[in-house]
Amino acid sequence: MLGTVLQLLLNGLAVGCIYGLVALGFVLIYKATELVNFAQGDLMMLGAFTCYMFTVWYGIGYWPAFALSVAIIGLFGAALDRIILRRVIGQPQFAAVMLTIGLGAMFRSFASMAWGSEIYTLPTPFSAQQSLVAGVSVSHEYLSIIAGTVILCAVLYAFFTHTKLGVAMQAASQNQLAAYYMGIPVKLVFSLIWAISAGVAAIAGVLLAPVSLIDTNLGFIGLKAFAAAVLGGFGSIPGALAGGLTIGLIELFSGAYLPEGFKDVAAYVVLLIVLVLRPQGMFGTVGRKRV
Amino acid sequence: MANAILSVTNLETSYGPILAIRGVSFTVAEGSIVTILGANGAGKTTILKTVSGVMDPQKGTVDFAGREIQRMDPDRIMRLGLSHVPEGREVFPFLTVKDNLNMGAFIRRDTEGIARDLEMVYGYFPVLKERADQRAGQLSGGEQQMLAISRALMSRPKMMLLDEPSLGLSPKLVRDIFEIILRINRERGVSVLLVEQNANMALKTADYGYVLEVGRVVMEDSCARLLEKDDIKEFYLGMKSTSIRGTRRWKKKKTWR
Ligand SMILES: Nc1ncnc2c1ncn2[C@@H]1O[C@H](COP(=O)(O)OP(=O)(O)OP(=O)(O)O)[C@@H](O)[C@H]1O
Ligand SMILES: [Mg+2]
Repeated sequence: MLGTVLQLLLNGLAVGCIYGLVALGFVLIYKATELVNFAQGDLMMLGAFTCYMFTVWYGIGYWPAFALSVAIIGLFGAALDRIILRRVIGQPQFAAVMLTIGLGAMFRSFASMAWGSEIYTLPTPFSAQQSLVAGVSVSHEYLSIIAGTVILCAVLYAFFTHTKLGVAMQAASQNQLAAYYMGIPVKLVFSLIWAISAGVAAIAGVLLAPVSLIDTNLGFIGLKAFAAAVLGGFGSIPGALAGGLTIGLIELFSGAYLPEGFKDVAAYVVLLIVLVLRPQGMFGTVGRKRV
Repeated sequence: MANAILSVTNLETSYGPILAIRGVSFTVAEGSIVTILGANGAGKTTILKTVSGVMDPQKGTVDFAGREIQRMDPDRIMRLGLSHVPEGREVFPFLTVKDNLNMGAFIRRDTEGIARDLEMVYGYFPVLKERADQRAGQLSGGEQQMLAISRALMSRPKMMLLDEPSLGLSPKLVRDIFEIILRINRERGVSVLLVEQNANMALKTADYGYVLEVGRVVMEDSCARLLEKDDIKEFYLGMKSTSIRGTRRWKKKKTWR
């Protein structure tokens, strides 16, 4: 009994980490450009496929493939900003929303053209390995997700608070005009934020791949991650992570203990309740930021 | 006049179809403080934004330290040594006071010089040192103004543009801020272009002044002489209440043209 609960807790946290990472990408881009990137989940999918391609088709090994795919998707994110999305900033929100939804659809059809519509499994150094912790068998694949998320968050936190470029990214997100007055190259900074968001999505995809399967619809996880971002009070980074973990845990536990069918809606029910009680989300602040 | 560090010639700037600046010319001598006075909507902020590159002019030239800078990007202009303290402070609300100041030095690489300048601005405004680790959004309006001025100083500018530094401050704080502006100018040789509603303080602090009316310069002179003029006394110094000032001045305006 206790064993099952611990198992669910671990798996729920792992899935929640993935939601949290994708949600973090939503929030970073939104804070900087006030634009919601609905293609975030599909960037994650591209990351997983790219890593699979390098690992299995080209056989370059898991870790180099991991690094390479994150770099490629990160660059791709920056290019998206440079070439396409920068142009719709300042236009009505609907334009940007439609554009990113359309981009997501294009990424999915690109993926099926490039990699086919089969379902792949990504082999990793920790595939099919388990440890026995306190009588519970713990799969290394799930552990790797949690460890990867913790490390990534620590690195991002250090970068955003302790490096000049990181602080400048915060500054440009908080007050674009003042950032120009400081001589901060705001447009370049926004492209870098896109690169980070896309790179984080790719990391999430690669971490998720071993426990899920890779197919072109992997990106629909983005919808739950979006719910996580809203739950955390869209605009708060700790909120995005907390929202992700909450939704991951709710999903796993409701899948195990509630009747069939609740698993997929439980997250949205909780979102609904939280938004009714606390419209600004768990971590949101009342009142909008100015710019 | 001595060497001009900034000279603006026949500047015209518009917001869409609305022409806000209609052919303005002025100069700022190196090392001096120049003020631009004018009622609400006269176009003072627009002039500063055009000079610092946030807005592009339709016509005219802006010369800074021997280079034409009109239509340059704002970050390039600031790298040339022109630092803008915008109307309404525009601090980074969720960064600490110290990080705000460090962002002022974003374009610099000399860590030691930055540390020394940090101590210098803490010397001008000790309250900023006490609040160094607090978020800037939690400062009072006056403290945010001190922060905005200090942040602009952190880039080691040759010249500062100050847009209504006294806005919303108590009389005591206004005097303090102007005294520091004077000290910054005298001690560090920073030229200053000062835009103000508080004509009394501005004319006592600055060396030379321009009066702006609906996008045009209608009067210019040394501040000592401007303080003696009847028009100035009546419309900028005599009346403390802003609400009647606008209408009264409107009637008299024609005599100035
Ligand atoms: N964003 C804008 N869009 C359209 N018109 C504007 C805009 N900003 C200012 N204006 C107009 O341009 C003119 C000059 O405005 P500006 O802000 O330069 O005045 P100001 O002298 O700084 O006034 P204040 O003392 O109130 O700050 C005004 O008539 C104003 O209505
Ligand atoms: Mg103004």
